[in-house]
Amino acid sequence: MEKEAPLEAPVWQRVVVRFAGDSGDGMQLTGNQFSLASVLAHRDISTLPEFPAEIRAPAGTLGGVSAFQIQVGGQDVLTPGDQPDVLVAMNPASLKVSLPELPRGALIIVNTDAFTPANLKKAGYTTNPLEDGSLRDYQVIPVPITRLNREAVKDVEGLDKKFIDRSKNFFALGLVYWLFDLKPDPTLAWIDRKFGKRNPAVAEANKRALMAGYNYGITAELFQHRYRIPSVDFPPGTYRRITGNEALAMGLVTAAQKAGKMLFYGAYPITPASDILHHLAPLRHYDVLTFQAEDEIAAMAAAVGAAFAGAFAAVGTSGPGMLLKAEALNLAVMAELPLVVIDVQRGGPSTGLPTKVEQADLLMALFGRNGESPLVVVAPSTPADAFDMAIEAFRLAVRAMTPVVLLSDGFLANSSEPWRIPDPEDIPPIPVRHPSVRNNGGRFLPYKRDPETLARPWAIPGTPGLEHRIGGLEKEPETGNVSYDPQHHQRMVKERAEKIERLAGVIPEAEVFGPEEGDLLVVGWGSTFGAIREAVRQAQDQGLSVAHMHLRYLNPMPRNVGQVLKRYKHVLVPELNMGQLAWLLQARYLVPVEKLNKVQGRPFKTVEILKAIEQMVDGR
Amino acid sequence: MTLTVNPKVLTKKDFASDQTVRWCPGCGDYAILSTVQKVFAQLGLPREKFVVVSGIGCSSRFPYYMNTYGFHTIHGRAPAVATGIKLANPDLSVWVVTGDGDALSIGGNHLIHAARRNADIKVLLFNNAIYGLTKGQLSPTSPRGMKTKSSPYGSVERPVNPIHLTLGAGATFVARTVDVFQSHMAETLEAAYRHKGFAFVEILQNCVIFNHGMWFPYTERDRRHDHVVYLEPGKPLRFGKAQEKGLVMKDGKMETVILGEDAAEEDLVVHDPSSPALAFMLGQLRDPLPVGVFYQVEQPTYEEWMYRQMEDVKRQKGKGDLKALYHAGDTWVVE
Repeated sequence: MEKEAPLEAPVWQRVVVRFAGDSGDGMQLTGNQFSLASVLAHRDISTLPEFPAEIRAPAGTLGGVSAFQIQVGGQDVLTPGDQPDVLVAMNPASLKVSLPELPRGALIIVNTDAFTPANLKKAGYTTNPLEDGSLRDYQVIPVPITRLNREAVKDVEGLDKKFIDRSKNFFALGLVYWLFDLKPDPTLAWIDRKFGKRNPAVAEANKRALMAGYNYGITAELFQHRYRIPSVDFPPGTYRRITGNEALAMGLVTAAQKAGKMLFYGAYPITPASDILHHLAPLRHYDVLTFQAEDEIAAMAAAVGAAFAGAFAAVGTSGPGMLLKAEALNLAVMAELPLVVIDVQRGGPSTGLPTKVEQADLLMALFGRNGESPLVVVAPSTPADAFDMAIEAFRLAVRAMTPVVLLSDGFLANSSEPWRIPDPEDIPPIPVRHPSVRNNGGRFLPYKRDPETLARPWAIPGTPGLEHRIGGLEKEPETGNVSYDPQHHQRMVKERAEKIERLAGVIPEAEVFGPEEGDLLVVGWGSTFGAIREAVRQAQDQGLSVAHMHLRYLNPMPRNVGQVLKRYKHVLVPELNMGQLAWLLQARYLVPVEKLNKVQGRPFKTVEILKAIEQMVDGR
Repeated sequence: MTLTVNPKVLTKKDFASDQTVRWCPGCGDYAILSTVQKVFAQLGLPREKFVVVSGIGCSSRFPYYMNTYGFHTIHGRAPAVATGIKLANPDLSVWVVTGDGDALSIGGNHLIHAARRNADIKVLLFNNAIYGLTKGQLSPTSPRGMKTKSSPYGSVERPVNPIHLTLGAGATFVARTVDVFQSHMAETLEAAYRHKGFAFVEILQNCVIFNHGMWFPYTERDRRHDHVVYLEPGKPLRFGKAQEKGLVMKDGKMETVILGEDAAEEDLVVHDPSSPALAFMLGQLRDPLPVGVFYQVEQPTYEEWMYRQMEDVKRQKGKGDLKALYHAGDTWVVE
């Protein structure tokens, strides 16, 4: 018998919720479950997990705060949201860290039991914010979550004492489920799957905690209203939630299967790319061979070897690993072998911000190797797009016999969105040709290029009669024999560049969202897609003449980029770096470009881009 | 038309490429190249099954001179590249040609881990105790005190012992031979090929330009007998022109004795390549210098484990189906 909330608010198109607590409080799990319940109820979502680089930062401190932000909507949701409308704060530190993000009037659910003098001190509070009036601009809902939860689970038989308080995040989740009118069933089922067999007492405690929180929402009459969000009209199909890292892993497997190949994935553990390895490692039955190498260099070098031997080879890493891979990657450029290198970018330089997003490896991907070393660079724009771009990366690699760098980032890697599951039958095969006969009468010429693509033949060891040698030294055209002849070097350098340029003929043109010409074109790449699109949409709603072009191909660039740039009075390039795409566009197309740069380890907020647009278009 | 494998018996010539060999006249590498070509021809494996992988350095030009598949890679990384090749196609016979700088300095990590994984790759380390291609700097096997361009007052470094390093890393086959001991080298290379798993062969090699005579105490015909002991499984460790000397174990150390004077034949240590302790002790010896197989033990190879696991998982879970992969976890349907 569910009691209706006292006041029904109008329908909300979008709500931003942030779960924040100590890194041991299970906030990532809570956020993920909330995301799952939302998508199963046919809401669109976009999520942003934020966690400290340390596995267990000192409990209760500001540095130890782990948070999960999600925007839920009844219409297209493109970002995790600028400002949380609802904050769940499990301790003082998480309140302190999150408060600057909150708009006035935001709803704050706090676990009052955690506001002890010791915890307040660790968070740097001299007075208790729940009592000193500093939260008067917000709607604070104080809930003694720890105590209520203890009460809820006290009768669970066989429950180890240390697990009692660990279920309190489920209490909070249950309460939020009620607040958002979401069914707790998917989480109940998940708890059974996760703990049911292994630890029935823990499963029982978590379920009781969840339902206690939910029922507390019904009975306690804490809230002025509940959040009613309509369901979205998604195109028909079967959907799941997908993160960027999951999408990349599935894309790589798909590409290999579509070519009838084994997938060789070389990796050395590094944040935030390791999850790709974790997703691929269990897939041995998909002919996925994961190789955890002794170092970044070996992961790359082994992939080069695997590609030489005919496998679909890929590696995944982040910035510091990209540096170490540059040498073997350059060998793949010189040896002209197809493979895919994923760089899940994070803040730099050096070790930088291991768990935080940045887009500052673009120029490194393009130019960070000795010599003239052109290769293909692509960048997915959303988690779901990462699936398509992983397949596309292999398609281009094989077509031009070249390494392809795929630039993801720490935001794309861990954020999630609904994904309409494709039918694998609809994904076109990737044609691969390994020659079995000599290409020049009685001789085999390993560098005799295809006249259309300029790719050299991918002859693989084990093929009788095609024995040949390749390597990192410069070569005579066609024969591939070592040559230091000046004309040979000049020709080979040109051909290696030309074969990459020719891919511009087969990649799609860049799409423009908005008017075909006008006052302002906003150009982005990678994970900034959602924030830029949302800002442009809002600007268009205001009647501003603004369009958005998002580049998924960075080398070569789509053939229409130069023309599109010239059709607008101004160009704005928002990036999570100090202006790397802006630099490229200016150098390549000689157009003046306005930069909007953010390097805070966090994605753009829509409002940040919207403000820049407004300033440029009408001088506001 | 497709080419058919010629079942004819291959000769050394079949393994020589059309490229001019460009090592310095008198370089020890020539003898090694010649022996490798001869041995490959005798192994009964067609040419296309061989892949010769190298790093950077004089020795690393080797693949260009072999009419097999070959990959001249980057400095120190050949064992990693070779591991990738072997994993992608376990059917291939994968050989790494490397030098003391390539394998033990810049590529030390890769050598260690290739050895520990026991991928079935063969590593031939040409040890001339000097950097040749960069014109004469000390290498990780240069003895202390050696004067080179980068150590004009004598090296202050302690050299690495390649035998100990690979034994310590868990190599399942560790051997040493010498560039001028052609038949011994041929036997050793063939033993390395027959070994199922990672095989490491140190080949002492003379650099005529920058470190000429480094190994002369062991290689000069008139002195060889007194300073080299050949390791043969099950046989006592004897050496000397008339096999009049031998090695005994005394107080936990090896000692040279004169047979008939200090000891009898039954007192001599009998070589047992399955004993890691003996292999380590032999690895310590510099005079006499042991050549032959120090250590050999059979263990499943890395690629065997890997492919067996792939098959096991396929048996348990069935061959992977993309549809199932996409639909794993919670899904929902929009009508």
